[in-house]
Amino acid sequence: MPVVDLAMVPLRSLNADLHKLPQNTNETHWTIRNPGGKHALAVGLDAPVTVEIEGHVGYYCGGMNKEATIVVTGNAGVGVGENMMSGEIRIKGDASQAAGATGRGGLLVIEGDASARCGISMKGIDIVVKGSIGPMSAFMAQEGNLVVLGDAGEALGDSIYEARLFVRGAVRSLGADCVEKPMEAADRAALAGVIARAGLSDDVSPDEFKLYGSARTLYHFHVDNASAY
Amino acid sequence: MCGIVGLFIKAPELEQDLGRLLSAMLETMSDRGPDSAGFAIYGADKADLVKLTLSHSDPAALERVAGALDTHLGYPAERTIRSNHLIVSVRRADEERARAFATGAGLRVVGAGKRMEIFKEVGLPIQVAEQFGLAGMSGTHGIGHTRMATESAVTTNGAHPFSTGRDQCLVHNGSLSNHNSVRRELTREGLSFETENDSEVAAGYLTWRMREGASLREALEESLKALDGFYTFVVGTENGFAVLRDPVSCKPAVMAETRDYVAFGSEYRALAGLPGIESAHIFEPEPAKVYAWERA
Repeated sequence: MPVVDLAMVPLRSLNADLHKLPQNTNETHWTIRNPGGKHALAVGLDAPVTVEIEGHVGYYCGGMNKEATIVVTGNAGVGVGENMMSGEIRIKGDASQAAGATGRGGLLVIEGDASARCGISMKGIDIVVKGSIGPMSAFMAQEGNLVVLGDAGEALGDSIYEARLFVRGAVRSLGADCVEKPMEAADRAALAGVIARAGLSDDVSPDEFKLYGSARTLYHFHVDNASAY
Repeated sequence: MCGIVGLFIKAPELEQDLGRLLSAMLETMSDRGPDSAGFAIYGADKADLVKLTLSHSDPAALERVAGALDTHLGYPAERTIRSNHLIVSVRRADEERARAFATGAGLRVVGAGKRMEIFKEVGLPIQVAEQFGLAGMSGTHGIGHTRMATESAVTTNGAHPFSTGRDQCLVHNGSLSNHNSVRRELTREGLSFETENDSEVAAGYLTWRMREGASLREALEESLKALDGFYTFVVGTENGFAVLRDPVSCKPAVMAETRDYVAFGSEYRALAGLPGIESAHIFEPEPAKVYAWERA
């Protein structure tokens, strides 16, 4: 199983090797050492392999991921899992801003905290944060589930279209058109499913969460506002 | 873009490595700012002396003016010339005379303080660091900046850090939108500015607040209301080091703290080479929250 030391091997060559992997590759487990906060590590993967990164990564780690499982033992910089399509990314430490931004599918698990704009414009991804999330998270979210075991910062779900936001702790404030909603059976099932996939079924119960989502009042232009223009 | 770095040493035995560590941090941030670079180092002080950092495009002029300054002051002021910057230590009572003489002779005052020395120049950060011998410098803390020019020309004047008060300097990643009106207000308060740069106004605002009695922390808290725009600031004073991000946290920032130091970088990459980083407490400073450290 390949072990790549980024103190010796250029990042571009590692990413190129990962891109070349066929669907049926036998090299299914990669270990990356000395990531040193480098940007765009393991982006654009398109094969069912596991990439384990030992240390802290920079911007956009695992961006556009398809099928691959990426585990980072340290922290992740801005935009981890940006626009991921499927597969799983797990960050053992904290994530910086815009974690899972515009993600379309797959599962992103952050075991520490995520800072501002977590899940911004999410479009189908499931994001689980074991710690807390920063301000302006799920801004303009469209689809998917954001599950937060800790607290949420200011303006959660501002201008949200759809998507379910489950928060166990306190929410500092809700953004425009984001409201608390009753949890229906389908919501609970979705939450339980995400919790199970993240491996947290023994740690938390869906009953501990509150659900936030779109009030749908911004979907259409309201004629009463015409005089404002 | 722009990259900023800062290093505040807590363990005295690490002070000799300040320049070497800061130099490596600056070099890593070249990707964020290849046009110019600058740094401030807080080194040893000498009782009753003030260090003036002066610059001139022609290093030969520095030697000439330094000699004439000695004659003007009537004593040989201790001096060090590093490339096109001259550090001269004058008696505290002579600071204004020395400043006037230097500017009259065509030199630019980059900064002044008991302990602070400032160096800045256009060019790749690695070249700038080598030009001034940063790696060999020691001190208690230092801050640095790598600039990607977007708003104004690539000149030495536009390079950070900006210093508007004794031993005070600031590096800034971002842009301020109300700097013209704040500059006018500060000018009325008696501050003077060398450039049209927004970051110099931020430095001036903090200088003004601290002149009026605020602590570094208080001055930064007040700046949250007074300054509008995008910013991550790293600020140095004679004994202090502080970080502030705007309420939207528009510009990146990551910090690491160990028993031996506090380090700031625009990106984690800048911190990756620091000693003991593997076990450091690494965190992202929260928006609109002042982080300050002070040496006793």
